[in-house]
Amino acid sequence: MPAAPFDYEAPATLAEALDLLGERGPEARPLAGGQSLVPLLTLRLARPRLVVDLDRLHELRAVRRTPDALEIGALVRHRALERGEGPLALCPLLQEAAALIGNTRVRTLGTLGGSVAHADPAAELPAVLRALDGAVVLRSTRGERVVGAGDFFVGMLTTALAPDELLTAVRLPLPSPGAGFAVEEFSRRAGDFAVVAAVAVVELDGGAVARARVALAGVGPVPARLDRLEAALLGERSGPDAIRRAVADRPLGIEPDGDIHASAEYRRHLAAVLTTRALERAAEAARGAVV
Amino acid sequence: MTELRIAFTLNGEPCEVRTEAHRTLLEVLRARGGVEVKEGCGEGVCGTCTVLLDGEPVSSCLVLAARAHGRDLLTVRGLGDDQAPHPLQSAFVAHGAAQCGFCTPGMLLAAYALLRDHPRASRAEIRRAIAGNLCRCTGYTKIIDAIAACAGGAARG
Repeated sequence: MPAAPFDYEAPATLAEALDLLGERGPEARPLAGGQSLVPLLTLRLARPRLVVDLDRLHELRAVRRTPDALEIGALVRHRALERGEGPLALCPLLQEAAALIGNTRVRTLGTLGGSVAHADPAAELPAVLRALDGAVVLRSTRGERVVGAGDFFVGMLTTALAPDELLTAVRLPLPSPGAGFAVEEFSRRAGDFAVVAAVAVVELDGGAVARARVALAGVGPVPARLDRLEAALLGERSGPDAIRRAVADRPLGIEPDGDIHASAEYRRHLAAVLTTRALERAAEAARGAVV
Repeated sequence: MTELRIAFTLNGEPCEVRTEAHRTLLEVLRARGGVEVKEGCGEGVCGTCTVLLDGEPVSSCLVLAARAHGRDLLTVRGLGDDQAPHPLQSAFVAHGAAQCGFCTPGMLLAAYALLRDHPRASRAEIRRAIAGNLCRCTGYTKIIDAIAACAGGAARG
């Protein structure tokens, strides 16, 4: 079906884009890569009066490295993440996660900022942001604010973005050089959103777990961090037995809903299996890392 | 509603159209006679409407036509024709890689982009590159065979 008609603006600068959103924010939708918004438009699930096309805002395509973090412009595409272009190579977790997104055409056009702002509960990149304790930079004519991933994701497809705000960048703290990463997911068909995805980051100190972080997608309306499991793993040996025991010994603290894709019980099962696999592989990578 | 004039290169030829901003590239290409671009699912999943936008495969149903302004577009018609087929097209014929043919333009363009960047792509790389192009007839084996036959550096690029 064709999209319902809308007004269209393609501002040349961020300031112009923010002015447009300031004037017409509640009836406007910013367009990044379009791989989520365009199908919503043609299915008429979204009917904005104005589409603000961000394609000309080259200032949102920059990647900057600060001493302990990457600041990635919102319009950096999945393809660039997947290839680890430039400073993005400092965070190999992004490469692994981006390679799992949709299909090659989605990765050609889809953007980091678009995925994070769309906030699909099954998407990989919001879970990566949550696992790395990342944050988003939100700009409007009123100013700038930085919101941590734990506060940004509010509900299914719902974030802390105000109607006049634009997500301009994602900040990802870089884990220590010896950290190991893994993303494990299960989807029913190639290219589908994951039913459940697990993102693990493990840092070791002399063979024991110095820090473990796990974020899950697909087990609730927002990406979940497994705080209790992370705490239980501290100081544990990093071998597969210890990890399996730690996951099996306690409830993960998630309450997935069942839907057309999977029952709640099956999602819980997947969460435990994929969490175990992701932690094992991340720990193995950390053991193999040359620090 | 915003009306736009967009100019792009289509299969090497300059092209200019007037359209409304809410139209997708797929709608605009088909409206001007580009029936080689097939509409399948209309939501970016099936790959039948694949075109190359500045050389990269995209779902034309998920690109607003406005985004084509100033860009270079390739459809399967620009790859070759029955007088001068591209080696991939010949290989699809030789391997019986098409049945109903609806997915074939998208398959060819996905394969073309893969082999241009990775002329010696492995079968695993081929499978990954066309994972987002659905075929409901062939079971994929003959399509992969045809692409693999061109993956010895034989495909033009």
